[in-house]
Amino acid sequence: MVRYDEVEVGTELPAQSFPIQRVNLVQYAGASGDFNPIHWNERFATSVGLPDVIAHGMFTMAEAIRVVTDWVGDPGAVEDYGVRFTRPVVVPDDGQGATLEVTAKVTEKLDGNRVQVDLSARSGGQTVLARSRAVVRLA
Amino acid sequence: MALDPSFIGRTYPPTPPYEVGREKIREFADAIGDHNPAYRDPEAARALGHPDVIAPPTFGIVLSMRAGGQVVGDPELGLDYTRVVHGEQRFVHTRPIHAGDRLTVTVTVENIRAAAGNDMVTTRGDVSTVEGEPVFTAYSTLVARGTAAGD
Repeated sequence: MVRYDEVEVGTELPAQSFPIQRVNLVQYAGASGDFNPIHWNERFATSVGLPDVIAHGMFTMAEAIRVVTDWVGDPGAVEDYGVRFTRPVVVPDDGQGATLEVTAKVTEKLDGNRVQVDLSARSGGQTVLARSRAVVRLA
Repeated sequence: MALDPSFIGRTYPPTPPYEVGREKIREFADAIGDHNPAYRDPEAARALGHPDVIAPPTFGIVLSMRAGGQVVGDPELGLDYTRVVHGEQRFVHTRPIHAGDRLTVTVTVENIRAAAGNDMVTTRGDVSTVEGEPVFTAYSTLVARGTAAGD
């Protein structure tokens, strides 16, 4: 459990990288109910001008916040979480897929034992989430 | 053609109740590869002070996306869904969603604007239990690529 008193502005959370393969997108489509074919059908994705199948933005958003929930322990402590989707995460069917690299640090200490955490998410050397920010309640 | 800004402020009827199930939460947690016990083990969730297993912070999209379909699919608004991508998303939680919640979503059109040839629609989904307890608010911005060109 992370204590508010032990955290400072600038405290870095343990970074994580998340491999993303096509099967993960198929599974997420089923669990979330978002069956947009750009997330599983290469023929369709390229026909609408995308380079290949892309991950659901919501999948990327869900992975990124794990850096925060794994750090704090109780995922119910995340009170506010917002992102802007800047670039798609392209997931080729090449046996490798994509990798999402997520870092995060505390950028403000708030009242009520809460802190503001800014996240950075990159894939293929490019930023895929911008203005990605969470407010988390600590012990 | 740009979308009609008079839709700003329009509120749609509350959605039928969605009952949050333990196995649905587990299925969602599996899909994002997250093994946090708070999503799977009621005892672990209770030890953290929750009444039952809780849902991951972005689980609310399961409800809010479906509810947002009222706006996206509103023929009067005329959003071209084939050109829509997700621009922004935010969840503000009053408390975590937990198994057993029966939730209803009331969607309001927050904003409509055009920029760089794209139409952008921001919706707010206010989510509460059927008993009236607020649980979370979801803000979604959808971008229809190129549909505002020519304005």
